Amino acid sequence: MAKIKSLEDLKKLKDEVQAKIKLREKGDNPENLIQIKVSMATCGIASGAKDTMNYLIEELDHQGIDALVTQTGCMGFCYAEPTIELNMPCKEPVIYGFVDKTKAQEIIDKHIKLNELVDGIIPVNYKTIDE
Amino acid sequence: MNELALHILDLAQNSIRAKAKLVHIKLTEKPADDEYLIEISDDGEGMSEEQVAKANDPFFTSRTTRKVGLGLPLIQQNAEATAGNFQLSSEKNTGTHLKVKFGFHHIDRPILGDMTSTLLILATNEQQTDFLYTHQTPKGDFQLDTREVKKSLGDIPLSNPQIRKFIMDMIQENLEQIQISD
Repeated sequence: MAKIKSLEDLKKLKDEVQAKIKLREKGDNPENLIQIKVSMATCGIASGAKDTMNYLIEELDHQGIDALVTQTGCMGFCYAEPTIELNMPCKEPVIYGFVDKTKAQEIIDKHIKLNELVDGIIPVNYKTIDE
Repeated sequence: MNELALHILDLAQNSIRAKAKLVHIKLTEKPADDEYLIEISDDGEGMSEEQVAKANDPFFTSRTTRKVGLGLPLIQQNAEATAGNFQLSSEKNTGTHLKVKFGFHHIDRPILGDMTSTLLILATNEQQTDFLYTHQTPKGDFQLDTREVKKSLGDIPLSNPQIRKFIMDMIQENLEQIQISD
């Protein structure tokens, strides 16, 4: 039987990864990073936000795109779950609704790679004077 | 929601929102007593008595983005459908404790589901809340403390793809060791 991975093994892997990270650290800057927030409250989870999030993480890693995928609370678009907020560097954030795996793939292929907007954007066009 | 892991993901987010430092998620499987227990305790803001009383009302929520709050009512309904029960206690500024009992052998009890990715998603939350996960079955115990994981990682983020993959395998393998049912 193969040995079960433990925290000890994790420490070994850490050293490997650390060496790699140092190499490209200079180019890394949070403002240049693509950020995706997946809405994960009851409404999102019930509509499959977890699958969407896992798919985004795996696909972006697979394609070698550096992006930070995090979860966030309910954005108030419960009718359009799963919703994601896509933050491209130096651009206004864009919110997409009904993001299943197919839609997620389309967003990666078109929006993230080619910078073309995809159908399914929820407009956030009202801003108060205070903002 | 048809997996216990999804309920746990959902309810643990409440603790994150309550600015908890540490959330203890405890699963106890007792087939002999026909019990499947889920306990979630946190050290967050807590709730007032009035809020606790209203917490399982689907039309009550502390959010302002929408008017319904279904997280607790949904798990309560699922638990009661399997001859289980639901207990919520909370104290302002001390924390909240939730205990849900499912009937282990009841045909309507949801499966545990993908607990591995639930834990990973929770561990990489924005508030830096830590999680202690304990899972007990007749075949053994498994414990995962995100404080220990973070300590062994140092300044490398959990979201690093290679690290993520490793932790995922680690949780998966350990859970398989103690798995008694699906």
